[in-house]
Amino acid sequence: MSDVVIIEYGRHERNYWRDIWRYRELFYVLAWRDVAVRYKQTIIGASWALIRPFLTMVVFTMVFSRIAKLPSDAAIPYPLMVFVGTLAWTFFSTGLTDASNSMIGNSNLISKIYFPRLIVPTAAVVVAFADFLIAFGLLLGMMVWYQFLPSWHVLFLPFFVAAGIAATIGPSLWVTALNVKYRDFRIIVPFIVQLGLYVSPVGFSSSIVPEKWRLLYSLNPVVGVIDGFRWSLLGSEIYLPGMAVSFAVIAFFMWLGVHQFRATEKSFADLI
Amino acid sequence: MTAVITVENLSKRYLLGHRASDNTPAGDVSLRDAISRTARNAIRKTGDLMKGREVVHGDQIEEFWALTDVNFEVKEGEVLGLISRNGAGKSTLLKVLSRITEPTKGRVTLRGRVASLLEVGTGFHPELSGRENIFLNGAILGMSRVDIRKKFDEIVAFSEVEKFLDTPVKRYSSGMYVRLAFAVAAHMEPEILIVDEVLAVGDAAFQAKCMGKMSSVASENRTVLFVSHNMGAIKTLTTRSLLMQSGSITADADSETVIEKYLLTSLDARAKALKAKSLEGFRRGRNYDNPPASIVEINIASANDDSDTLPEVELGSDFTVEICLDVESPILAGDLCVVLMNSQGERVTSLVASDKVVGLSLRPGENVVRLSVKDLHLAPGRYFADVSLDPMIDGKSCDAIFDYPLLTVVNHGQVTHALNRPWGSVYSKNATWSVSEKVEKIAAVGT
Repeated sequence: MSDVVIIEYGRHERNYWRDIWRYRELFYVLAWRDVAVRYKQTIIGASWALIRPFLTMVVFTMVFSRIAKLPSDAAIPYPLMVFVGTLAWTFFSTGLTDASNSMIGNSNLISKIYFPRLIVPTAAVVVAFADFLIAFGLLLGMMVWYQFLPSWHVLFLPFFVAAGIAATIGPSLWVTALNVKYRDFRIIVPFIVQLGLYVSPVGFSSSIVPEKWRLLYSLNPVVGVIDGFRWSLLGSEIYLPGMAVSFAVIAFFMWLGVHQFRATEKSFADLI
Repeated sequence: MTAVITVENLSKRYLLGHRASDNTPAGDVSLRDAISRTARNAIRKTGDLMKGREVVHGDQIEEFWALTDVNFEVKEGEVLGLISRNGAGKSTLLKVLSRITEPTKGRVTLRGRVASLLEVGTGFHPELSGRENIFLNGAILGMSRVDIRKKFDEIVAFSEVEKFLDTPVKRYSSGMYVRLAFAVAAHMEPEILIVDEVLAVGDAAFQAKCMGKMSSVASENRTVLFVSHNMGAIKTLTTRSLLMQSGSITADADSETVIEKYLLTSLDARAKALKAKSLEGFRRGRNYDNPPASIVEINIASANDDSDTLPEVELGSDFTVEICLDVESPILAGDLCVVLMNSQGERVTSLVASDKVVGLSLRPGENVVRLSVKDLHLAPGRYFADVSLDPMIDGKSCDAIFDYPLLTVVNHGQVTHALNRPWGSVYSKNATWSVSEKVEKIAAVGT
């Protein structure tokens, strides 16, 4: 028998990452379950993943472009620019919301079975990512409609998608860990999501932010992700120092999230 | 044979918080005190949370050792029973073994894959179909998709829900749900299986099937840690058992000895119960939030009030069981059932009120139900009872007391069993013996 498990105080820290690899099957299954359940007993099913960002785009185009008369980047059709922003933002906000509630939603599993708890919130982020992919299909359709061909920048898209995933997982883990003990975060998270929609460059281009505020503005990690998406897909200009700041913040949140999550994880079963 | 589970000096501490104001008169606490205390607590709790320590409510912290210095070993292929009263630390031990919580001290070594059945159907999702739930539950219990696919047909056959495989499980009856859940769990192939109380579910036929599955698991040289309140099941499935009392192991021997010891511990509980006039120390089964009636006392009529010894019944004589019920709301037709067990936990007989009367009519207040047992002569020894009260509304018992020490049958030399032949469970008082000469059948036909 090759599998020898030793249980001691503080032991589980040591085999943590190996354990996560061992439990990858459970990760797939939980993600699959959440995707399968997400649109059960709805009439239009997965179309919801299209309708929400689409309507957001319509409204934002009306408000920001027609009423507020904000400029678009270069020759990019405004709806296209808004939709790319919505796509990234919807992914971030859905991921954060679902992940923060995932521990409580799976409390029966957590109090009965051992597995690396990290699996639960990350599986929730995967569900948000599935929505993202569906909506991405709509973006391709829109690009055909506007006859917009992306440049070679598109080769960097996978990199920015990865950054988007990291930007979602980091804060999600942090909030999830805190939410297990302090249910205050159930109230805080929707609030962050609501405000964040206006603070992040979803309905407008971040180039309209005054130059001197640009660096500060980039402290919002979603700014870097949205700008990156727009640069690689639509060819809008890129502000490198801001990008660097955003990425540093993403990395910091990733570290904070994983660290905090692991520190509190072993008491989840007792707390939940 | 190697030890598959080794537990050394295992201890687990929980911290319980109390509020200081619980000890001081309420008037002494000013708003300012309350605010400053809340702030102090919040700071401390946040600090603890950041450092990954346990977070405790309240401002006075008390330690509670749920496990103290537990040591045992389980060999490969052994089925070990674990017996204890509620609150003796059994659940904590299982949680540590299945890695749900960390121990505070000591160490556990597990050689092989562990699967725990702390509760069947963990992780079932009501919206998913039976088929999907088999895969989901399998993965949660640690099976790979390849394994599940290989076993799929077997699982379905075992669960008897073929027809409803594509129906969401939220539309299943509770019996189907439990059968499916157990079927998945029973088809895992871990080296170490931890089973807790799963045999309490389902109908009798299904329970028999589960018992069969359990013993076949054991015969495949896999190790099982079996936890149950069902002494009969412990006795049939295990050879060795552990007895846990207030966080430590007080007996580690062959199952018969341990069962007897466990049932004896209920003697103390009975003495306490009689003194306190409350049956809280016993394992109880309650299915209502506000039970219409509860069992408050069980005794033998005409027994002396000495709470330290069991009521004695002379071998071959009749006895009367008195059950005192506290009735909250009237019950038109209640049913009481007394199951008698010997000191090995084996069922001797079941005495059911509805066999004799249509139903017991119980009025609010204290009711005493008397059960006269005639023509049932128990062999000498101690007897225990499971008493359950069922209002006959929905088939759920509204109160049940398990393993209550009821009486001891004494033989003051009335009957001498020659050659120390074992008694068995019952004694036939009126059996007669006679001798006559054998008459040839043919001769009988001839006359």
